Amino acid sequence: MALHATHRDAGRVTVVDLSGRITLGEGSALLRKTIRVLLDDQRHLLLLNLGDVDYIDSSGIGELVSAFTAVKSRNGDMKLLNLTKKVHDLLQITKLFTVFEVFTDENTALRSYN
Amino acid sequence: MTSETKHLEVTLQTQVESVNLAEEMCLRVAEAAGFGEDDCYRIGMSVREGVINAFHYGNQEKPEKKIHLAVDLTPDKMIIHVKDEGKGFNLADVPDPLAEENLLSTSGRGIFLMRAFMDEFDVVTGQNGGAEVIMSKKLPAPGGEANGQSGQGGSAKTPHQEA
Repeated sequence: MALHATHRDAGRVTVVDLSGRITLGEGSALLRKTIRVLLDDQRHLLLLNLGDVDYIDSSGIGELVSAFTAVKSRNGDMKLLNLTKKVHDLLQITKLFTVFEVFTDENTALRSYN
Repeated sequence: MTSETKHLEVTLQTQVESVNLAEEMCLRVAEAAGFGEDDCYRIGMSVREGVINAFHYGNQEKPEKKIHLAVDLTPDKMIIHVKDEGKGFNLADVPDPLAEENLLSTSGRGIFLMRAFMDEFDVVTGQNGGAEVIMSKKLPAPGGEANGQSGQGGSAKTPHQEA
């Protein structure tokens, strides 16, 4: 399933709703483009909702890390919301839980930006 | 290779589409061999990573080079070979993606994932000098749990990293 991305405003935070697969090729490219457009639009506080992302490969992991460092370099913040079990396990074994802040509740996640 | 071994071999183009193609092909073999959903996911991911490595690092995305994928189904395990036409590499030279200084690296996790998800994993130099990834997963026991973990590799396991 191809990756789909939409975004919505939640106060100062932009929530990016992603669904599908973040893998080498179109999925990774769409995530990269989405983040670039948001940063160019001066949206520096991002919450990536991965609730409907059922598959990420190493290329997708790399793209998430790349997005995180791009946001941080603009003095922004990027956090993750609603990981599926597979994505949760993947971030756990790659130790990226020590890098990303991860939430299971959107309101809690949004409050954490204050 | 014994007479009980089933062998499947395909030559893939060096292009992004080959990654999905290889994954789908191996998933069909794994499902037919009786692997459960979790193990199929791990096998599919490992094949993806092997072919991504061959595509990007081995063949350096050069379309004139090929990726050679082979699957052996023995009575005990499914063995997958992914061979590129690059210069080869030494596993010991691969940086540890779990090291603090590499956590924010945007690449270099493919080999780690293959090691984590498969029961056996190795990289050898192919006959023509390229790298050949060889990895296997033990077949589920007959009548065993279809969705369980047949082998030792699994998402909860953090493999030892030699690099």
